[in-house]
Amino acid sequence: MRFSINPEMATQEVQPNETLTNLKAESDTLKTKLEDERAKLHDVELHQVAEKVDGLGQFIMKTRRTLKGHGNKVLCMDWCKDKRRIVSSSQDGKVIVWDAFTTNKEHAVTMPCTWVMACAYAPSGCAVACGGLDNKCSVYPLSLDKNENLAAKKKSVAMHTNYLSACSFTNSDMQILTSSGDGTCALWDVESGQLLQSFHGHAADVLCLDLAPSETGNTFVSGGCDKKANVWDMRSGQCIQSFETHESDINSVRYYPSGDAFASGSDDATCRLYDLRADREVAIYSKESIIFGASSVDFSLSGRLLFGGYNDYTINVWDVLKGTRVSILFGHENRVSTLRLSPDGTAFCSGSWDHTLRIWA
Amino acid sequence: TSLAESPFLSVRDRPEQAVMLEMQDPKTGVKSQPQKLVITTIPHAITGEDVVTWLANRYTIEAEEAWALGTMLVAFGYIYPLQDHKRLVIKPDTSLYRFQTPYFWPAQQWPVEDTDYAIYLAKRNIRKKGVLEMHEQEQYNSLHKWMNHKWDFIVMQAKEQYRAGKERKKPDRTVFDCQERAYWIVHRPPPGTVSAMDYGLERMVDPNAEEVTGQSRVCVCVCVCVLVKFSITCNKHDPFLAPCLPSNPWVTDDVTYWLLNMANVDIPTKMRVERWTFSFGELLSDPRGRDDFRLFLKKEFSGENLAFWEACEDLKWGTAATMNEKAQQVYKTFLARGAPRWINIDGKTMEVTVKGLKHPHRYVLDAAQTHIFMLMKKDSYGRYLKSPVFKDTQKKAIGPDQHRFRSVKRRPSISPIIVRQQEKEERARMATSGPVDITQVMSKLSNKGKEVPPPKK
Repeated sequence: MRFSINPEMATQEVQPNETLTNLKAESDTLKTKLEDERAKLHDVELHQVAEKVDGLGQFIMKTRRTLKGHGNKVLCMDWCKDKRRIVSSSQDGKVIVWDAFTTNKEHAVTMPCTWVMACAYAPSGCAVACGGLDNKCSVYPLSLDKNENLAAKKKSVAMHTNYLSACSFTNSDMQILTSSGDGTCALWDVESGQLLQSFHGHAADVLCLDLAPSETGNTFVSGGCDKKANVWDMRSGQCIQSFETHESDINSVRYYPSGDAFASGSDDATCRLYDLRADREVAIYSKESIIFGASSVDFSLSGRLLFGGYNDYTINVWDVLKGTRVSILFGHENRVSTLRLSPDGTAFCSGSWDHTLRIWA
Repeated sequence: TSLAESPFLSVRDRPEQAVMLEMQDPKTGVKSQPQKLVITTIPHAITGEDVVTWLANRYTIEAEEAWALGTMLVAFGYIYPLQDHKRLVIKPDTSLYRFQTPYFWPAQQWPVEDTDYAIYLAKRNIRKKGVLEMHEQEQYNSLHKWMNHKWDFIVMQAKEQYRAGKERKKPDRTVFDCQERAYWIVHRPPPGTVSAMDYGLERMVDPNAEEVTGQSRVCVCVCVCVLVKFSITCNKHDPFLAPCLPSNPWVTDDVTYWLLNMANVDIPTKMRVERWTFSFGELLSDPRGRDDFRLFLKKEFSGENLAFWEACEDLKWGTAATMNEKAQQVYKTFLARGAPRWINIDGKTMEVTVKGLKHPHRYVLDAAQTHIFMLMKKDSYGRYLKSPVFKDTQKKAIGPDQHRFRSVKRRPSISPIIVRQQEKEERARMATSGPVDITQVMSKLSNKGKEVPPPKK
């Protein structure tokens, strides 16, 4: 709290011989002191406020579908707005569109590169975007004609100078947001391939991004190998907030459903929650027994649960408010590389280096 | 990080701070000396007349203007009176004042929180019971009521500050108390006191102006309470925490839940309607909710607001190639004088928008869009929730019972590609046959079996 700052500093007046420089120095000292005080008095922790909240009951979360078909590590997946279709991409260059409900494969594309680390479903459900070691993000319009080669109508949209790590459509099929190993994020016009805005500020590879829920404005968050999570204004390209509390690469970032906060998963084996208005970390999700990195995180619909896919093949489910782990899910036989909640929150999907995807509910 | 980027002494944003620095210059500033006040001696006291004279000389202005400027400095809390402390004016006589410490200057960095004020009042109460003035007592009671859940925290902070205060030397303590009291008179003025903190109506930030890099931090306590509250409110709607009705399709293989919650279903479920009451954003982001709202606005003859908002969204997220054309279309339809669907925005916003349209970019309508959004959120939304349209929808909403039976077959669903094709065809049909009630059309598409009515004139 402000008022317990050193009273000498607070009562000091302009002494004789002090000049503008001295006053500036004084204000700098005050600033540092203030930061120290703020750090000391963390006000209150999230789990303290949540003490009065009812605990969660027992969970029955099981694998409801297993999607087999990829020939190699699954690296990324995304849901269609219809709540049942998904797109997934893998190390061997294959991108598959599934109806996860029936487990039928509906479309397949072979990319000209390996390690397709990013894929996204268009809001209309009529196209997918993907990319990876080709340093590009391409959009493939989907067709019902089984004989049609989807690669023929492919549109090259984004061009980076290093691998594509993540991509996401904005509120329409016409714009794509990308992040790359070249340290930047960028916003592109799909039709023309024009670069609309670029976002510079990360000091190393950017590994992930997430768009803020539309009611909360035009921002997105990105995480990188520089251990930073940055919040960006899409209009100006400016980094408006930056958080650096992780001790290693940030593999995944995801907004809390209200847009007031976001979670991150990192190679430091922790997940963290950052509140945007408080401008600080407000929770850490960690356990001594969890020593492998978290690769991918997502919230349940109410934000109460945080699902984390980890490099030790497990999925840990956290009580976001109380900070405790409520469940651990086994099933994958290799790293969990990607994880996302379905659009209506009825299930989440995990993809793994064991070549499969699983739907959990 | 943001504190480091926006220093206290931000002369560009707060030019009065430059004045304050000059006034305190030991050689050329206002003369000060220690003053005996009651039993203590207050260092660096200045007189009102010295302040006014200094300002008059420095800026080559008349005494009256210097007096006005001096009063502003007191009203903002940069200078505070030692006597008659509740009147925030400069008296051009031997009345005593002091420069407020920079720590207590009006800060842009954070809003003045009620929590801080509660702590301050509680602290004074601890110090001496009955010392609070009537308006302070009223505030205290009111704060105690709505901050009841964190009152322990507040009392703890107050005690801590009181204890820390007692450790100071008496003269320092007196000075600090004076400064603190002055700060609160500025930020929570007693009745009859004019401080400069009142700023009238909410102002729109000019989207073409420079971005403010200094973030106003909000107390962590408030923020985490917001997160907790959201989670609790949505608890029943989280399929992982409460049962989906009638069942979760992934568990029972029965897709009734999805059918009941399709985008443009005629009769929504009770749960869905409840979500519309959580926030305006929730209502808008659900197509069925938005349709209901649209119907309500139509009856109020303010449908153009929503239409404008949607047009702005279309511009922001649309193809770059058609952007110019879209912007011009929006202008003609909603903003130009005599436009067919003219929207009511304030003069300043209109000016900014029209100016921006000369060189349109995808965010050119942001200011106007925000204005209309807030208008709908603060005004129409509340009325909608009380309206016959909403109440009717609420009454008709379905509340399916839970079932646990498993479906025999996992039915495939219509491809989004086909759905889009159908929507296109329907829109084309609408365009040729004249205006039709949109909810009727959409419900037809969702196969709820309503006939498309004959076109209206």
